[in-house]
Amino acid sequence: MNPRTHTRLVILHVLVITLMLVLVGRLWNLQVVNGEHYRQIASENRVRDIVVPAVRGQILDVYGRPLVHNRVALVVSVDRTTLMRQRDRGRAVLTRLAAVLGTTRTALEQKTRLCGPTVSRPCWPGSPFQPIPVEDKTDPKAALQIMERREDFPGVSAQLQSVRDYPRTEGAVAAQTLGYLQPLTQEELDRRTGLKVTGFSGVDLVGRDGLEAAYDADLRGRSGVRKVKVDAQGRVTGIAVEEPSVPGSHLVTSIDAKVQAAVERAIAGAVAEARKQGKKGSSAAGVVLDVQTGRVVALASLPTYDPAVWIGGISQQEYVRLLGKSQGEPLISRAIAGQFAPGSTFKISSLAAAVADGYPLNGIYPCPGSYSVGGRAFTNFRGVGHGMINLHKALVVSCDTIFYKFAYEQWLRDGGNNPGKAPKDPMVRTARKFGFGDQTGIDLPGESPGRIPDRAWKQAYWEATRKADCKAAKTGYPEIARTDPKRNDYMKKLAHENCVEGFKWHAAESVNLSVGQGNVLVTPLQLARAYAAVANGGKLVTPRLGLAVIRPDGTVVRRIEPPKPRKLDVDPKVLAYMRNALAKVPSEGTAGGAFGEFDLKKVAVAGKTGTAEVWGKDDTAWFASYAPADKPRFAIVAMVTEAGTGGAISAPAVRQIYEAIYGMKDGKPALPGGRLPDKLPKVRPDGTVDLSAAP
Amino acid sequence: MTAGLGGVRGYGTRRSWLDRTAVLRRFDWTLIGAVFVLAFVGALLVRSATYDGLIEQGKDPEGYFKRQLLNLPIGFALGCMVALLDYRLLRAYAPILYGVASVGLVAVLSPLGETINGSHSWIVLGGGFQVQPSEFAKVGLVVLLAMILQEPRDGEVGPGVRDILLALVLAGIPAALIMLQPDLGTTLVFIAVLLGMLAVSGVRKRWLFGLVGGGLAAAFSVFFFGLLKPYQVARFTAFIDPSADPRGAGYNAQQARIAVGSGGFSGKGLFNGEQTAGHFVPEQQTDFIFTVAGEELGFLGSVVIVGLLGVVLWRGLRIAVQAADMFGTLVAAGVVCWLGFQTFENVGMTLGIMPITGLPLPFVSYGGSATFANLIALGLLQAVHLRCRPVD
Repeated sequence: MNPRTHTRLVILHVLVITLMLVLVGRLWNLQVVNGEHYRQIASENRVRDIVVPAVRGQILDVYGRPLVHNRVALVVSVDRTTLMRQRDRGRAVLTRLAAVLGTTRTALEQKTRLCGPTVSRPCWPGSPFQPIPVEDKTDPKAALQIMERREDFPGVSAQLQSVRDYPRTEGAVAAQTLGYLQPLTQEELDRRTGLKVTGFSGVDLVGRDGLEAAYDADLRGRSGVRKVKVDAQGRVTGIAVEEPSVPGSHLVTSIDAKVQAAVERAIAGAVAEARKQGKKGSSAAGVVLDVQTGRVVALASLPTYDPAVWIGGISQQEYVRLLGKSQGEPLISRAIAGQFAPGSTFKISSLAAAVADGYPLNGIYPCPGSYSVGGRAFTNFRGVGHGMINLHKALVVSCDTIFYKFAYEQWLRDGGNNPGKAPKDPMVRTARKFGFGDQTGIDLPGESPGRIPDRAWKQAYWEATRKADCKAAKTGYPEIARTDPKRNDYMKKLAHENCVEGFKWHAAESVNLSVGQGNVLVTPLQLARAYAAVANGGKLVTPRLGLAVIRPDGTVVRRIEPPKPRKLDVDPKVLAYMRNALAKVPSEGTAGGAFGEFDLKKVAVAGKTGTAEVWGKDDTAWFASYAPADKPRFAIVAMVTEAGTGGAISAPAVRQIYEAIYGMKDGKPALPGGRLPDKLPKVRPDGTVDLSAAP
Repeated sequence: MTAGLGGVRGYGTRRSWLDRTAVLRRFDWTLIGAVFVLAFVGALLVRSATYDGLIEQGKDPEGYFKRQLLNLPIGFALGCMVALLDYRLLRAYAPILYGVASVGLVAVLSPLGETINGSHSWIVLGGGFQVQPSEFAKVGLVVLLAMILQEPRDGEVGPGVRDILLALVLAGIPAALIMLQPDLGTTLVFIAVLLGMLAVSGVRKRWLFGLVGGGLAAAFSVFFFGLLKPYQVARFTAFIDPSADPRGAGYNAQQARIAVGSGGFSGKGLFNGEQTAGHFVPEQQTDFIFTVAGEELGFLGSVVIVGLLGVVLWRGLRIAVQAADMFGTLVAAGVVCWLGFQTFENVGMTLGIMPITGLPLPFVSYGGSATFANLIALGLLQAVHLRCRPVD
């Protein structure tokens, strides 16, 4: 052998040994050093988590009747991973599926695409590995077609799932109060810590509003996880682990389905009446409270909607069409989130304020047709005067000028336009005592605080608007000047005034506040609570809808007790005096027309009408009440915006609600004995609810 | 030489029997043993890789396993025949073998050929049998190159220019035919064999470096002028960054690494590979058989397999060193280059340190043609070994 060959063979030896060592080294690196890492990746791509949603608890009324329950639906889902592995990325499968389901391929493609910054609904906001439900009202025949020809439908499955159902028990919908569910988004998961979900999957529905949101943790239960083994094609080859889901608990509420239905009918009737009179009747609300406990018996708002639209997801267009501005934003509960000028219903607060400020309770005061404040005339309703009257009559006939006088004199005592260091502002202070200007603390999300305007508010408002006002004071309003130079001059002057001394608390503001006008805003719920406080002798309750949380097997998880009522710092004698006066309103006062045919001897109703003026719109009609007048149990408030007078529009609605509660027309009271039942409804161990106690 | 003469002289006598047992005794049993273990373990891995898939298709779950068990004895028989030939006779057969293989390669490109896994490298014989001529072309090339390069010209230490050019042309023709299939892996094997045998034959360094440099330049121009199929380019880029396109070409590389890595130190046990059962790695019984070993047998088992392949190469080199003449040395060196390159490339691509090309793992992967060719190569080594110089 020649030496060169020999050398080359030696080199070849070295080369072979080196390469073999490289392989062994790499094996060591992959298998021993990084083995754990790859084992984890392996189990991730081999085992896939399928979230098994828990059956959500029902929401029941006070007798255990369902307000929301579940129905079993045949849901067709599409597994995106399998679809994307098809040669045509699933087009053929979706075309066939669309034909079976009676929809279009485009619609299915939209439902199964992943949501992103540039992709809006319809799209899938969940995990790409979770089967995406595309149809939840599947006809069993269609489902059978799919399951029988599985080879034609790779990645498509039809399964029984429970979805929310709204039975309209006794006709009650309570859409805004119940709220709705939406798939949990990643951001929400990040934001809401402590949320018990098995990881983000997109089928975890979460309460977004109303009771569904407030009691989400109780209702949701715990999702289960099925870890399925899959092969490279994403086909399920077996189940690795199955952690079963734990069903959610039922929420028993203090809502009475019959009363709720009556409230919904009554405010709908009031809106219809307003519209018959040529008004817009744009929105309405009704509240029924137990004055002693703060339990909410009914809570209704108009415009409303069918909560079933949420089931199975809602597209952006549907959302705009059904729930948008053009429909009057029916998602907003006017009862707790709507803020309106309360008008004369506010006088209970002003009266208490005046007496606390030193005006004798039994005094006689003038009630002229109009009262001049700083050269400006403030009038009674329709300018009618009542002569010299006491405070009792002032409430019964709803005299405004008496309260103008109180407010103006108080304002002068506080120093007028040049107030002292600590103005007393009795009207503002007392309004806050009644709970106005602050949330009631009801167990619902999205409650509005209302507004009691005061000097601090004025200051802040001035600071926020001064720039614009000062500019307008110089330039005027060119658009208005073109058509109406006179108005422009006036507006310009106003702007100048606002610019220079807009922080000042004027007499007019005190005067307006005293009759619930101007910048005062309250929610119907706040007003109902204030009247409840008058009725129960000075307890400011915290409204509660939730009564108890009961497991599907019948065990009571917890009873929901309302917080201890706050004491209303108003002389009980004043409250008693007011109760006396309010009891006369339906018989001889402003609500006389509405209660003309109502048997007040059987159920004495006390209340106060309110007709709040809104600039550029028709009046807001109010009736705030409680009954029975001698032994108060329920406070009821009805409100209709752009409607007319409280006596003509809202008082009749409230009357209808009392009729339903006490069964005055048909002899079938919604609440036998005129009160909520003491006992919780019984959930039997098999999960059904004992409804035998329900009237 | 003496053995051959002795055989003739003692024909029909008791000595002849002794002589034959002596032949048997002079086989390289270490080499045979290593190959035997590799082949048997390979068949078991083939069974593991295919069992579940065949059940799903409603076929005999051991179909592949049984066929491989059938391939092996046929291959060993072929190897034995080659080993027992006087290997110098091969010089006479070499052009025939080379010619037949080349005709096969042309036939593959004709309508007789069949495309399997993107490579048009098969001739279907019917009855479920198919032949991959490129495997046998490797045998032909090794023997033919050894024949050309064995005899130095007068006054030369290594082959002359004419021999080198002839070798280039003879290796180039089948390599070009295989490239047309297209089968990049086998072409690379041809290049490795050519370079290795040229080196061992004693060609001057400048020739070797010139060839390597020219080859690299050619490869670059091929790449830049877009002569490669898109999937081949994709496989190469995926090799550089497998996570760039996990569902595309990088998918194989990534899944292969996951399967091997998840095996850990001691593996999940034979037939217990979960990645294997889930078919996450494609072509697992052939090109990616080593992933099964990695997952089920772990680091220990993988090292044993690499070690056994190392033993094969070591014995091959030993045979090359001890060969009776230059022809024997070159045949053995050629076989070592062939099997060595194929081993490193196959295991390397599985472990993500080499680009992915379709090459089976010698003696382990499933496949009739490859198994036969590999065992014929084993026979060649034994043939050289039987007629080696006495160990001093």
